[in-house]
Formats: sequence, structure tokens, C-alpha cells
Amino acid sequence: MRLSILGGRVLDPASKLDRIDDIHIQEGRILQLGKAPAAFHADQVVDAKGLVVTPGFIDLSCHLREPGPSYKGNIASETQAALAGGFTSVCARPDTQPPLDSPAVIRVVREKAEAVAQARVLPLGALTQGLEGQLLTNMSGLKAAGCVALTNMRASIQDQLILRRCMEYAATFDLLLIFYPEEASLAAGGCAHEGAMASQLGLQGIPETAETLALAQQLLLIEQTGIRAHFSHLSSARSVELIRDARKRGLPVTADVAISHLMYNDRYLEAFDSNYHLQPPLRSEADRLALIAALEEGDLSGVSTGHLPHETAAKMAPFAASEPGVSSLETLLPQLLTLVDQQLLSLEQLVASLTSGPASVLDQPLGSLQPGQPADITLFDPEQSWVLDASSGYSAGQNTPCWQQTLKGRVQATLVEGQVSYRLKNSAE
Amino acid sequence: MTYPVNPRDIQLTEDGQLKHFLSISGLPKSLLTEILDTAESFANMGEQSVKKVPLLRGKTLVNLFFENSTRTRATFELAAKRLSADVLNLDIKTSSTSKGETLMDTLQNMEAMHADLFVVRHADSGAAHFIASQVTPRVAIINAGDGRHAHPTQAMLDMFTIRRHKGDFAGLKVAIVGDILHSRVARSQIRALNTLGVEEVRLVAPKTLLPVGIEDLGVKLYTRMDEGIRDADVVIMLRLQKERMSGALLPSESEYYRLYGLTTDKLAFAHPDAIVMHPGPINRGVEIESAVADGPRSVILQQVGYGIAIRMAVMSMAVSGQTQERAKI
Repeated sequence: MRLSILGGRVLDPASKLDRIDDIHIQEGRILQLGKAPAAFHADQVVDAKGLVVTPGFIDLSCHLREPGPSYKGNIASETQAALAGGFTSVCARPDTQPPLDSPAVIRVVREKAEAVAQARVLPLGALTQGLEGQLLTNMSGLKAAGCVALTNMRASIQDQLILRRCMEYAATFDLLLIFYPEEASLAAGGCAHEGAMASQLGLQGIPETAETLALAQQLLLIEQTGIRAHFSHLSSARSVELIRDARKRGLPVTADVAISHLMYNDRYLEAFDSNYHLQPPLRSEADRLALIAALEEGDLSGVSTGHLPHETAAKMAPFAASEPGVSSLETLLPQLLTLVDQQLLSLEQLVASLTSGPASVLDQPLGSLQPGQPADITLFDPEQSWVLDASSGYSAGQNTPCWQQTLKGRVQATLVEGQVSYRLKNSAE
Repeated sequence: MTYPVNPRDIQLTEDGQLKHFLSISGLPKSLLTEILDTAESFANMGEQSVKKVPLLRGKTLVNLFFENSTRTRATFELAAKRLSADVLNLDIKTSSTSKGETLMDTLQNMEAMHADLFVVRHADSGAAHFIASQVTPRVAIINAGDGRHAHPTQAMLDMFTIRRHKGDFAGLKVAIVGDILHSRVARSQIRALNTLGVEEVRLVAPKTLLPVGIEDLGVKLYTRMDEGIRDADVVIMLRLQKERMSGALLPSESEYYRLYGLTTDKLAFAHPDAIVMHPGPINRGVEIESAVADGPRSVILQQVGYGIAIRMAVMSMAVSGQTQERAKI
């Protein structure tokens, strides 16, 4: 199978490329850019005029809902949503039911993904058995089964000695650990950023220190044990400072921010809209702006979706009683593009935060259009307006403030290993 | 940056009439004054031989109490009956796991019975907003207390009490003392007092009971009782729940009483004409001395009586607003 993508704006931060060009693909890999080789005859041609052509997006944190209750979504529905959102690879969170804490469960997920999913599913294994923070998982086995990293999600490991042992044992196998820093005792019962808005609404607050205290502890143990670590879903300016300082000290740490924390702040809670009930909570406008600046400056390596689809009933409750989380695979690109429109973020940095950034965090040979790389490619029109609704959306979760809203910027096609895995219905091509 | 909502939108009709009463937030001074004036017209009904007006004849009110409250429910029931409405009382105990579903299903069932007015008390902040915006927008919702968020009818009866005793709001210094953190009453009082234009709202509490950032609502914070109530025209005491000791918010009742309990000695710091209020039920010897609660400055029992008039006013106004909305469709 040979395929050419012609005349698009090829934007590949990994190879510092931004020009109108053609891409030629053979046997699932990038053959070359520019003029096609003499003997190359494309079986399929994609006209990309007016479109931005980038490496396929990589999501560092996504909930595929499988294994687990199927009314919240499954691998088929959520990977289809991923492709429609431009994502060719998604890291699958381990806090499923049951959790991804054994090689057997990982194998089930991978087999299911191979059968129904056209996007790459990169499983994140649990760091402790049942995510209970007590017993180590079979980390070597999880790695062999295909886990790209291990995490205990927001279930914090209360016992610092156990956390230290987790790090040391993971370091044995050079595993990447991902932390969602939160000190449970400070966050307990909370559902909103501790500040004036939560106080006015009578919602129990989660202080910034719930995140920074855990982050600081984890950084000190990382320094001691020397593991590679990534921090996901940072929500505060102070957290970014801690990461920046740690990197200055030479610690092998990276961090990402979830899309919602770049778009919204705690003032959005004013009408108790449960779509803004998130973990970690939406914080102040100053925090939001600091996170955007950190992304533009490269202190944050990526933007994750934090995709967490829910059935309608999960959000049909008073704010604190609703389930936290937002469905965002399909809205991330248009949401981030609004920051480009507002000149808070460059288009290059936007693409880097979804491609080369996450690829380097995961240390995976993805996220680049260099010859020889897997031909995972996303084509989008940054200007096209559309409405996310039941006819256009694929995720089982309609839990997003963008539901039935007009969005600008739309994925036209997504290629995984040189195959057109998704093409927008009614698109010109 | 644009924010998606204005809390005022959900409570008012396009021409500014009340259709739900969820919180004081977003309501203009003119509307609060209208509530007080309307309540004034009902206030003396209790002393008349026929204690009924036909304003809500043929209308059905459902008291939906997801949290226990004998007194508040009784005043709503009495207020509705004086307006000639039919009243149905439902006490619904909810399990923590199925709270949302129970709430939604229950309300939709009630709506199907063509109720005109729901009075809702619920343990979750925002419950009344949720019902008004998502579940039953055509039924007038009166918030009878949601979590720590709002208790607007209590706040309005307190405003009624203050106006009756002080005449005008301008120039008043009002001190609210006690467990602000957990108090929906205090949050609604602060908004009402500031909307009605008092000179100063002061909050007096130890730092563990003062919500972070609450000064954004336009209040002065005090941790010392003598400073906080100095020259105050109105002193509002809040109830202290016994469980506050277990959450490491306070060391003991006795220390709390020594520092923040309203005693005759401490009341001497306030203005000589100061009135003492309390939303009830009072804890004698915990937040207030019996001699003060039963003393000449206390207006605690009057508050209870005014509660019926305020609830009559709010219910009749909200049903009228909803009727107008329906006529437009």
C-alpha cells in the first residue's frame, strides 16, 4: 500500500518542519517528504490543500472504560472518538474495573484493542495491586505485556515507604512512572478549588496544597531513587514552579496539563454546571494563565485530554454528587486552537504538545514525520466550524461543556500506520 | 474571557419577575425590597380571625425535604395553607450512592402530578439550582436550604426582622458570629445585607470556621469577638454543630463559648440599641447565654413569626412569575 498526501501545510515540530509539502508513505511508514521517488506510484492520494498535516496526536491520559461498565463507553467507541479528534495513540488509564494491574488484564485489553480499535492503545499499568497502595504489581510482567508506564492514578500511596519501594522496583526495569499528585487527606470531600468561588457556592474546597504537597514529596523521592517520572494533570501555577525547579536540578521529570485546565477556571462553576466538576479541580485564572505560559515555554511537555466519558445520569446531580470528569478527545483540538487565535499559544507549540512532546515523555518512536517513522498522521482544517452533537460525536460520553456548541477547527482525516483510519463524513476528499 | 452564566437569569423572568427563589445572588435590591414589602402585607394575618387569602387556591405545593427539618417545613406548610394552596409533605431519606437518581426520579414523578411549587431542602450545595435548571424548570422552586450554599428565605426573614426593628438598612453595622464555614444562612445573609446597602458586614469566627476568600463578598473579617461586635447594630449568632469538634475545627465547646459565645458581658461591646438574632435552633451555653437569648435585646422569637410572612411572599411571587412564563408559551 502506497499513499501520498499532497499539498498540505506539513507541521512537524520533531524535525522543525513547517512548509507546504507532500508526504509519501509506503508499507505503513513515512518514505519521504517532497518529491516522490522515481519508482513510487501511489495507490491512494489524499489532497491536503488548505489543511495542516501533523504527526498523529498522542494522548497521555485517556479513559477507555474497558474493562468496566459499558454504558460509560468502551474501547471501540472511545478509540473511534480518538481518531475523530486526531489522536492516533492513546494511553489507557489503569483505573478500570478491574484495574489494569496484571499482565493478563493488559493482554485482554490489547487483544480487544487489536480487534476493534484502529488507534494505538498504549496501556498504563497499575503501580500497586488493585491501585490500593499496598502491594507491588508484577512490574516486569506488565512491561513485557506492553505497558508504556505505570501509575497509581489519583489513588495516592499513603505510606511513603511503599511509594519509595515502588519507585526503586520500577527503576530496576527502567519503567516510567506517572503521578497524579494529590494528598488525599487535604483533598478529602472536596469538589472545587479552595478559593472565593467555592466559598461563595458552599462547595467544599480542595486547596492547591493538596497537589503541591504530594508533588514535592514525590519529587524528593524521585531525586533519591533516580527514576524517570511524569506528572499528569497539573492544575496550579505553584506546581509548575516545582517542576521547573526540579528540572533545573537535573531531575528526569516531565509534566502535562489537561485541556480543561487551559480553557476554564473556577469561575465557570458559578451556575453549578457539573460538566466543570473535574479532578483536579479548575483553579484560578492566574493558574490557568501560568499553565498556558508554561506550555508555550516548554516547561510542560504536553496537553492530555483527561478524557473521562460518563453516561448522562452521572452528571445529572447536584455538583458535588455528580461524577467528576469530562469527555474531551473530540474537542481538544478546537479548544487548543482558540488559544492560538488568542495569541496565547503558537500553532507549532500546539502541535508539539500533542506529538513530539508526549512521544518524548513516553520514549516511544512516535510523534514525528521523519522518514522511517510509522505513518501516523493527522490532517485538520483549523478554520472549519462545526457543532459537536449526537450526529457528529463518537464518544459514549456527552459530558462536556462543548456539547452542542459551535467549535472551530476540525480533523479531516487520521492515518494510523499508513492506513486512513478515519475520514470526516462529507469531507471534500 | 466570557463566563457561561449569570445566576440572575435562572431566577427571573425576562421582565425581572421572580420565577424561582434559589439564592440571593444575582437578585437586585428592588426585588428584595418587593419581597419585604409583600411580606409586610401578610405579616399581621396571623392575628386576624380568618388567616387565609386565596392567592394560591387550586395550586399544589410539595415540600421536598431531603434533609430533616421540622421547623422550616412547618413554616412553609403554614405559609402555603394561608395562601389556600394544597400541600403535600415528602421526607426523603437518600442513600449517598443514588442521590442524583433519587432526586431526579422523585422530582419528575412529582412534576407529572402537576405540582406548581417545590420547596426543596437538600444536603448538596447547588441542589436547588440543579432542579430549576435541569429537572423541572416549569415548576417554581423555592430553596429551603442547599448544603452550605444558600438559605434565602431565612436570610429574607432576617432582613425583615432587621427592617422592622431598625427601619432602614443604610448605616447599619451587622456582625455575624460563629460557624460561617458550614453556614448557608450566613452566605445568604451576607449577600442580602450588601444588596440592601448596610454600611458594614462583619464576620466573627476563629480562622478554622472562616471560608477561604469569603472577603470577596464584601465583608470584614474578625477573629476577636470584642472587636467584631464593637458598636454593631445587629448581632447575628450562628448555631454551632457538635460535630465540629471531631473535624479538628475547634478544641472544645467550653473554649468556643469563652471566646465566641454571646454573653451579657460581650454584648456590652455592641451598640446600646443592638438587636440579637439567631436562625435557630439555639444551643444555650454553646453560642449564646440564656440571659441574652431570652433578654430584651433578643428578637429570636419574632424571627420565627416573620418567617411565615416571608415564605408567603416568596411563594406567591414565584408562582405568579411562573404563571406569566407559561402564558407566553
